Amino acid sequence: MRIPCPICGERDRREFYYQGDALALNRPDPDAGDVVWNDYIHNRDNSAGVTRDLWHHEAGCSNWLVVTRNTVTHEVLGAELASMVKGEQG
Amino acid sequence: MRFSALRILKEGLTGNKGWSAHWRDPDPKDEYDVVIVGGGGHGLSTAFYLAKEHGITNVAVLERGYIGGGNVGRNTTIVRANYGLPGNSEFYSHSLKLWEQLEDELNYNVMHSQRGIINLFHSDGQRDAFARRGNAMVNQGDDAILMNRDQVRDMIPYLNFDSLRFPIYGGLYHPRGGTARHDAVAWGFARGADQRGVDLIQNCEVTGINIENGKVRGVETSRGTIRAKKIALATAGRSSQTAAMAGMRLPIESHVLQAFVTEGIKPVIDHVISFGMGHFYISQSDKGGLVFGGDIDFYASYASRGNLPMMEHVMEAGMSLMPMIGKAKVLRSWGGIMDMSPDGSPIIDKTDIDGLYLNCGWCYGGFKAVPGSGFSYAHLIATDRHHEPAARFRLDRFQTGYGLMDEEATGSQHNLH
Amino acid sequence: MRLSDYGQIDRGNAISFRFDGKTYGGFQGDTLASALLANDVRLVARSFKYHRPRGILSAGSEEPNAIVTVGSGVHQDPNVRATVQEIYNGFEANSQNRWPSLKHDLLSVNDLMAPFLSAGFYYKTFMWPRAFWEKLYEPVIRRAAGLGALSEKPNEDTYERAYAHCDVLVIGAGPAGLWAAYQLAQTGLDVILADEDFRMGGRLNSEADQIGGKPAADWAADMVAQLDQMDNVRLMTRTTVTGAYDGGTYGAVERVSHHMNDRGGDRPLETFWRIHAKRAVLAAGALERTIGFSNNDRPGIMQAGAARSYLHRYGVATGKRVVVFGNNDNAFRTAHDLSAAGVEIAAYVDARADATIDGDFPIYRGTQVTDTKGRLGLSSVQITDGGRNHNIAADCLAVSGGWNPTVHMTCHMNGRPTWDETIASFVPTAGSIPGMSVAGSAAGHMSTSACFESAQDIAARVAGDLGTATPADPLPTAEHAAYAIEPLWAVPGKARAWLDYQNDVTVKDIKQAAQENFRSVEHMKRYTTQGMATDQGKNSNVAALALLADATGRGIPETGTTTFRPPYSPVAIAAMGGEARGTGFAPERFTTSHAVAKDMAAPMIEAGLWYRPSYFPEHGETTWRQSCDREVMMVRENVGVCDVSTLGKIDIQGKDAAKLLDFIYTNMFSTLKVGRVRYGLMLREDGHVMDDGTTARLGENHYVMTTTTAAAGLVMRHLDFVTQCLHPEWDVSFISVTEQWAQFAVAGPKARDLLSNFVEDDISNDAFGFMQCGAMNVMGVPGRLFRISFSGEMGYEVAVPARYGESLFRLLIAKAKELGGGAYGMEALNVLRIEKGFITHAEIHGRTTVFDIGMERMISAKKDCIGKTAAARPGMVDPDRERFVGLKPVGTVKQLTAGAHLFNEGDAATRVNDQGYITSVGYSPTLGHFMGLGFLRNGPNRIGEHVKMVDHLRGVEAVCEVIDPVAFDPEGGRLRA
Repeated sequence: MRIPCPICGERDRREFYYQGDALALNRPDPDAGDVVWNDYIHNRDNSAGVTRDLWHHEAGCSNWLVVTRNTVTHEVLGAELASMVKGEQG
Repeated sequence: MRFSALRILKEGLTGNKGWSAHWRDPDPKDEYDVVIVGGGGHGLSTAFYLAKEHGITNVAVLERGYIGGGNVGRNTTIVRANYGLPGNSEFYSHSLKLWEQLEDELNYNVMHSQRGIINLFHSDGQRDAFARRGNAMVNQGDDAILMNRDQVRDMIPYLNFDSLRFPIYGGLYHPRGGTARHDAVAWGFARGADQRGVDLIQNCEVTGINIENGKVRGVETSRGTIRAKKIALATAGRSSQTAAMAGMRLPIESHVLQAFVTEGIKPVIDHVISFGMGHFYISQSDKGGLVFGGDIDFYASYASRGNLPMMEHVMEAGMSLMPMIGKAKVLRSWGGIMDMSPDGSPIIDKTDIDGLYLNCGWCYGGFKAVPGSGFSYAHLIATDRHHEPAARFRLDRFQTGYGLMDEEATGSQHNLH
Repeated sequence: MRLSDYGQIDRGNAISFRFDGKTYGGFQGDTLASALLANDVRLVARSFKYHRPRGILSAGSEEPNAIVTVGSGVHQDPNVRATVQEIYNGFEANSQNRWPSLKHDLLSVNDLMAPFLSAGFYYKTFMWPRAFWEKLYEPVIRRAAGLGALSEKPNEDTYERAYAHCDVLVIGAGPAGLWAAYQLAQTGLDVILADEDFRMGGRLNSEADQIGGKPAADWAADMVAQLDQMDNVRLMTRTTVTGAYDGGTYGAVERVSHHMNDRGGDRPLETFWRIHAKRAVLAAGALERTIGFSNNDRPGIMQAGAARSYLHRYGVATGKRVVVFGNNDNAFRTAHDLSAAGVEIAAYVDARADATIDGDFPIYRGTQVTDTKGRLGLSSVQITDGGRNHNIAADCLAVSGGWNPTVHMTCHMNGRPTWDETIASFVPTAGSIPGMSVAGSAAGHMSTSACFESAQDIAARVAGDLGTATPADPLPTAEHAAYAIEPLWAVPGKARAWLDYQNDVTVKDIKQAAQENFRSVEHMKRYTTQGMATDQGKNSNVAALALLADATGRGIPETGTTTFRPPYSPVAIAAMGGEARGTGFAPERFTTSHAVAKDMAAPMIEAGLWYRPSYFPEHGETTWRQSCDREVMMVRENVGVCDVSTLGKIDIQGKDAAKLLDFIYTNMFSTLKVGRVRYGLMLREDGHVMDDGTTARLGENHYVMTTTTAAAGLVMRHLDFVTQCLHPEWDVSFISVTEQWAQFAVAGPKARDLLSNFVEDDISNDAFGFMQCGAMNVMGVPGRLFRISFSGEMGYEVAVPARYGESLFRLLIAKAKELGGGAYGMEALNVLRIEKGFITHAEIHGRTTVFDIGMERMISAKKDCIGKTAAARPGMVDPDRERFVGLKPVGTVKQLTAGAHLFNEGDAATRVNDQGYITSVGYSPTLGHFMGLGFLRNGPNRIGEHVKMVDHLRGVEAVCEVIDPVAFDPEGGRLRA
């Protein structure tokens, strides 16, 4: 598997650390309540198909990436800097 | 048909023409008391114990593909009860006791082999952590022996005691741990359930769950609508999809775990051995193949196949720990879909929907749980009360923070367990 | 028997080798199989279950029968295919899975017991009495099972791994592969051409064909030579591409020196390649399949195509009187070619009534082979012609049931092949592997000219995809015979007819599986073990599933196939993992004081990837405890020096640095004054403690954080996460400086006396009090000083650029010794911190909360932080949780052990009574007794109570008093002295 790092170019999966669903970007407000927080920390769509998940280019540029990927075929459809994605979300 | 040596003799003398079907292939009925979604190990054992322990036989097991085709048919066959935390401790203890009588109960040789499992440790800190776990096992009434380096060397002389990057300090030995013939477990439970009247329906994909006024009514399948009073999900890596049919979002992420088997070789590894620093475990099948595995590939996946980085890592761990296996040749690698939960422990629970039951989150430890999970799940389905050994496997523990069972102590990131 | 006018072997290079202790002759270019056949050795192996005598079936890696053990001693290599292994002078191989000898194998008694050993028999017996499984049945089964044996000695051969990158990977160097590579190479693209054989050419080396007016093998050799001249082409012989993985990655194993007697230097035995290719062309050819008929497994019975390989490539006649049996036009070639070479063809038997063939030997159309005879090798063949049986004396029977395209790799990503009625076989499904195209007979093109055409076409398309164009050279002229086949899977008969030769799966077994309702092809496979042997059913799977389809009344496409999984052919564990032997498993990290500590005879222990000194033995000390006790007292009474450089150090700068720290620590760091240090606690978002450590504020916008040794990487990643994924708007940068600074703890009442020799600044308590920090000149070197303590004594940590670490350490030790102090190691460090109730990852092990360690007040109410919300879940703050306490033994047993559990005094030591556990223990020479840290239900409210510690595993039981974890100097006066 190869990940197209926007900074470093296409790199082997060995260089990356995987964390999970990119919903981690959407940290709730402290007072959002138990249900929202439980959803954030534990529950997942866990799609069989296209997902957006977080990869850290640990052995590369240290950037966190939002990788769009198909969990059934392992096709990698693209990668963006998480900071840019988050920045656009505001 | 009852299986025995005598039966084999009789059939052998008459051309093996008399063997009957292991199970029927019935068409689905319109309605069942219980529909179990998923014909893997857990679904089949649940059906068996529903029939055997609770007399509930108007049961269908709906399987999208062939029975036993899930993780029960693609694992490293390890059976053990060496957990350290309350909840897991009593559950796996109970499951192991069921394993120990499984052949009698099923009249099927699942080749449960209590050859002993050893978890090696490689530092003082690891030793203490394993001692804590071993003491928990003894507290539970199970067996555990803390071995020092010399004792390990006497028992398993071929390990790398001299130049290992992380030297062997000793091991936690669990004599009652071992292996079983994985397919036979699925077939044994399937046959046992079928003999007690359960309908095993293969090539029947559930496409929807019918719910009215907060209560289940039945399922839509590729073979038509089936009404059901109770619906029990047992779909492992596909749990998120089946639960979504009932509008639920689960604390599950599906990951790929690879496993490997070598060509058959003469017996060299007599135990199940687990490396404490490299996530590597190995045993030798009765047929002679070395069966081994390591960690999940770490990225969410439904592909049931993995990639080279983890494969190589597993080989490295093996070569590091026991360099005598180097010339054994990997014959086949495969991947299963693991339902990873946030604390690495499973869920057997009711849901907010009346009549809908949930069994998932086994991560990659589901095989040894097959009898216990079926037994406890059947108890829950039949009585609507939690079976004591599985009473802590609650879905709400993540929200409340009560009773988390994070054996690996790595936290709520699903892929770290 | 060797034929003089045939073969591509090097007759000028004679080779002597041994098989089963007997010496034979062969030539350079022979495989073990060809050399044995040349010496008329037919019996080479025994089958797995029935121990049936077996010979050589194929001439390639798909061989199920001729599996041998090569070499001896530490180099012993089991389960090697005789059909692949090249011989060399001094080569030695032995047959396996037989006792006492290949000819007289005791376990061949299994063959007589066969009626009782039918498919799945073991699931139905060996259940009584239960205890006999592990003690009797299983050991007997295990000993009988398995094929070859490992040496059981550590593998000493060299193995390598390597990466390769190319534009196009061409897999297989037969006609299609060679032509595709040639077309692509001319575009200038980087091409790797890999072939598992040691001689490229594929079937071209095994046929009598002419290509472009040349003998096929010569054409292939010329083409290979031409490709070899091109800089953009890499030819990889003896290289099996084993698997297709994601993103255009392929695994491949190169057998670098299995064919050499003297491997010379450190030449690896094998190299495992990870090849990344933009495109791949699979030109893996096709594999011949056999036909199931009674006793079709005797030595001397082989694939028809293999007989041609031995003839044309190796100059070996596989028999003196040969019968050829087939159901397709291809089989006839064997009869024709052998006859032309002067071998007697006793019969050509074609199952097809309408076969149009002609030759000057007996030809039987619409006829089948129905049985064979010959105990250790074929002696006669029975054919049934119009209901009448004939026995034909023969020592070789060449069989062709047709050819299966080698679709395996196209299925490595869950693709399923498609049934092609015209060739009665499966062909690849387009698009099964992204970036891979299939050419030649692997795609179902069964004539050589069709292979060239498809290669031309595929090469053009691949080049087009990569933005260039192939020259489209005129195709070489080659045979274009039609491939007519009439499927024949099994011939009816009474005796057993083998499908999976190695695993002894017969036609009856498949039928029995169907009878027992193992209808799914996966069930059949698993129940009968069909296709699970070392060859993975390469020549038998299709027939088996066709028979299953028949037995269950379904078509072949509906029945489907089992899943082809990597590797294509078996790969040694050492090839993929051999580099990890010894210390190669993980990097080794050394502190700057490592050599000094070693000089001082300190045993070094692993701390993550680092090595740290356990203790520094002095003359006369014989146990670690003696050294440890001395070092503890040395620190308590005088001064000790300890290298703490392994702790993670992260330099954090920027105007939002304080914001970041406030967010990742539970407590406040924005309020920390410049020149001060504060202890901080970090949570995971799920509310459990992640790490702890001190952070110093060196400037308004400049902090240096320390992490524990274990969590250094984790914390870096966490900071990256927080600043990129949650707060990219913050103006803050950070970098790990763990390796840039050497840092030493100096602790003890004389710490200041010691350090004053090294720094010029005033470090008196007033000028540089507890928890102060700052840049400082250390003997002329710009360094840093922190007034922090992990021992409970007056303590400093002094940091200098790493290149000065070793000398500073030496100087500190020397000076310390003058003050009655010295170096201390991890054991003493541990005792010192236990006496003070300081936590490490033994306590914050991943399941503990801030509440559990009694630091709930460290969660600032004034701000949000990572983990704050989850830490407030009711279950996380339940008073009945196991919480942090100190313990000291008060009963007759004075020893404590970490890992023991705690119980109320009168209770039995069972799970339901469990009250907690001990995480850390140490003998405190200061206090004169053992002391433990642990977690106890509702612990902080039970100070003064007695509990029972039970360690079943070590046989220790002790009554303890629950005490405050801070057992030594609870007021902290010594720290601030």
